[in-house]
Amino acid sequence: MSNLITIFVVMAIVNNLVISKFLGLCPFFGVSKKLSNAVSMGIAVTLVMLLASLATSIINQFILIPYNVEFMNIVIYILVIASLVQIVELAIRRTNINLYNALGIYLPLITTNCAVLGITLINANKGYSILESVVSALGGGIGFTLVLVIMSGIREKIDLGETPRSMRGLPIAFIIAALLALAFTGFSGMM
Amino acid sequence: MENKNNNKKAGSKSLGAQFWKEFAKGIIISNPVFILALGLCPTLAVTSSLDNALGMSAGVIFVLLCSNIIISIIRKATPASARIPVFIVVIATFVTILSLVFQAYIPPLYESLGIYLALIVVNCIILGRAEVFASKNSVLLSIGDALGIGIGFTLALVIISLLREILGTGSLSVFGLELFKIPVLSASPMTFFILPPGAFLVIGLLLALFKWLGVIKNE
Repeated sequence: MSNLITIFVVMAIVNNLVISKFLGLCPFFGVSKKLSNAVSMGIAVTLVMLLASLATSIINQFILIPYNVEFMNIVIYILVIASLVQIVELAIRRTNINLYNALGIYLPLITTNCAVLGITLINANKGYSILESVVSALGGGIGFTLVLVIMSGIREKIDLGETPRSMRGLPIAFIIAALLALAFTGFSGMM
Repeated sequence: MENKNNNKKAGSKSLGAQFWKEFAKGIIISNPVFILALGLCPTLAVTSSLDNALGMSAGVIFVLLCSNIIISIIRKATPASARIPVFIVVIATFVTILSLVFQAYIPPLYESLGIYLALIVVNCIILGRAEVFASKNSVLLSIGDALGIGIGFTLALVIISLLREILGTGSLSVFGLELFKIPVLSASPMTFFILPPGAFLVIGLLLALFKWLGVIKNE
């Protein structure tokens, strides 16, 4: 149990996917202009991460490792994630149209989100069991949502002020991210 | 009439000239990192040292070149509705080949690049070039495009990693060979630049610089 808590906290805060592993930067900078969008994107990514980690760790344990074809994991994982995103999109559209309208445009983008493929590869590299993979995906997803929400809160305020012309948009977002990352380095060494 | 003539001229331009045009545009005018802001994840992750940056660039150029060639060859046989999965499988195949080659022949680089080598699959630069360029143009032009964009990417990575390695360690070395050492800086280096926050800061300032240069040019 304490092992699972450690994995969760390490993935969510200490080794945060965005801040210390640089994964999922495209949505981090692209979708962090408004708080409401950031929350939707965070939920969508967490959901896909959980399902993808579950699916890939089952495939890893029952197919790739027994047949000794682990080198195929990149091709297999990306296909699993791409089809999973399609299924999730379809399922949400059938069951909850409001949620679909809120997440709609972000779902297809998640296929090429490196955070999702990244977390499945991290799980495989660390040799996590199926339960551990799911917990690490939950931690990763919540950590991703956390930083995205903090970032969008700051960017909403920055938009109200005067920024030098050459710093507007992406450059200032990177500087904010640098300060955020500096704050998060305070957690390194914990755990 | 004049317009038509111009069009004709552009159309009959030699293949070599077109090749050079596609090659040159990727390096500065549409530099994938500084101008298009694509492929940021590996850019930040592997630029803590020059070795990693060069290794990553070599990997990206290899995958970009091979996938552009293959996608350009099969562009007429690929159904439009199934093109993205086809592109992804082609790219993933070359990334698998690359990671096996790195693992076999340069294990230290393979270790230090870690999962970022495998993550070339989801690098938006490669899928982007497949979608925007290779699926619509001939093989020769796609080769030019891949080389230009690849060299532009390398250039960006080298600039960032030079700044980070020199400021962060006070010295510079390429594959174990030490090039130079700054006396005061290497005694008490600014480790900040090697850490994640330094990556964000350096790239943020470089993006601002490129934007500023663009603004000045336009006015």
